[in-house]
Amino acid sequence: MDALKTPRITDPDGFYAELLGAHEGMSEADSHAMNARLVLLLANAVGDRGVLSEAIALAKKAGG
Amino acid sequence: MVDVRYETAFTLYPYQRSADQDAAKPVRHPVVIVGGGPVGMGMALDLGQKGVPCVVLDDHDGVGVGSRAICFAKRTLEICDRLGAGDPMVDLGVVWNVGKVFREERQIFDFNLLPEEGHKRPAFINLQQPYFEKFLVEGIREAQAKGAPIDIRGKNAVLNVDSHTEYVTLEVDSPDGPYTIEADYLIACDGARSPVRSMLGHDFTGRVFEDNFLICDVKMKAEFPTERWFWFDPPFNPGQSVLLHKQPDDVWRIDFQLGWDIDRKAVVQPEYYMPKVQAMLGEDVEFEPEWVSVYTFQCMSMDQYRHGPVFFAGDSAHQVSPFGARGCNGGMQDVDNLAWKLAAVYHGEADARLLDTYHEERKHGAEENILNSSRTTDFMTPKTPIAKLFRESVLDLVEHTDAMRPLVNSGRLSVPCVYDGSSLNGPDDARMPARTRVGATLVDAPANGGWLMDQMGNDFKVLAVNCDMQVQGIETLRLDADPMVSERYLGGAQQAVYLIRPDQIIAARWESASSADVIAALQVAKGG
Repeated sequence: MDALKTPRITDPDGFYAELLGAHEGMSEADSHAMNARLVLLLANAVGDRGVLSEAIALAKKAGG
Repeated sequence: MVDVRYETAFTLYPYQRSADQDAAKPVRHPVVIVGGGPVGMGMALDLGQKGVPCVVLDDHDGVGVGSRAICFAKRTLEICDRLGAGDPMVDLGVVWNVGKVFREERQIFDFNLLPEEGHKRPAFINLQQPYFEKFLVEGIREAQAKGAPIDIRGKNAVLNVDSHTEYVTLEVDSPDGPYTIEADYLIACDGARSPVRSMLGHDFTGRVFEDNFLICDVKMKAEFPTERWFWFDPPFNPGQSVLLHKQPDDVWRIDFQLGWDIDRKAVVQPEYYMPKVQAMLGEDVEFEPEWVSVYTFQCMSMDQYRHGPVFFAGDSAHQVSPFGARGCNGGMQDVDNLAWKLAAVYHGEADARLLDTYHEERKHGAEENILNSSRTTDFMTPKTPIAKLFRESVLDLVEHTDAMRPLVNSGRLSVPCVYDGSSLNGPDDARMPARTRVGATLVDAPANGGWLMDQMGNDFKVLAVNCDMQVQGIETLRLDADPMVSERYLGGAQQAVYLIRPDQIIAARWESASSADVIAALQVAKGG
């Protein structure tokens, strides 16, 4: 699936800085909650049920 | 008495008594440059070739030891070509394009910096800073022989600076004792700890990063390829990063990240670093340490790069972390930007307000460099547990999918900024390619049997692509559009007229222009 295999983010460095900036000053618990909300929002943006399943599998595999 | 702050690799300009030291009253010079590093010497060479008399004051009589800056970017080489000093750098320098990124012992990806054809100079060369400086000084010697009014004064240390509205007074120490001179303009190229900046009480603010790095430059005849190798968390430096880079003379730069809480005196002892290097290179590899140095870094900038008659250039104005090679390369772009402006004002070809655009344009460039180098540093030294978690997650994923590659940040290598929105910019045409838009640096291409960059010279120039253009007082270079020139300069247009500044920045472009259009844009590009 292309969406998971090829780079698609415009301004990747800017995105990464904004993402970390959003976590600045948060407790670990707040950061976890923030990440969970973000996953849910981005999942909705992706929409495609097949891609979401593949993303879950890939994230799980990369952690193992 | 002039203090010796460091050992020199080459003595290039031994102290000689100047007539100024015997003058009854202080002699006034058009330009005095403080600091004889790459930026100061580059500035002197550029100004001198443009007929602006300048005095360089350096508190040493040559080039300091230590490789220090080693990566010189394509744009720097093009600037040095314009100054006539590029060839010996590229002849001696090590050309590299390929980088590899490792995690632990596994390669996670590689990249090629310049797969594009049609450029005279490579994306980067590696060259020890002492050589770079030496070639600039040799360039100055050649220019002096042709009459360039450059006066280098070794062992001349600035003791005090007094800035007035129209000029500067400098008290200078020498082996024969102190003397006083004056300057219409002073350019402080005296490094990150700039004594001139301190004497004038100007600010220097930004971020200090809590990390230490250990440079071990070693000499070895090894079989490593000429590539930039970067490791996250290798077994020979657990939990930290390492960079390996080749220089001329069989010297290799090894840069170990050490973390914050270390004994800075202990790590520069052979007992500490020799086993570390041996573990990295392998038990059988013979090497000799060449230069060992521990450093911390900061990203800092002055608020204003011009204060009346005083300009700040290079590290004295802005300092970046070394990742991305944006320090010395950024400083050479300061030279490129300031020299022609100062020369135009000195020769009465532009109003003095042109000089204010040095700050406007170079602050923009420095902010881009600081942003990039700060982001790299944040990736390499995550400053919170969550930042570390994201960094590790990116690295976990990148071994399974190329999608995450753009997020891996081991250095965003120096490219010149685009002066979007500069007050010197003239008309643009959106049908033409974005990379050669107004404010961008000229893009090299094969042209008229040679290279475009080599045909630009030191003045404003009109580039006429697929058309003829005559404008009084400016030289025109005609270019026939082959596919490469079309792709870089025409885009959707049939023909094009470009106005190019002396620093090879595109000042304006049109599909077709009248002589009056070009003259109006020239006026804007000279500060109105």
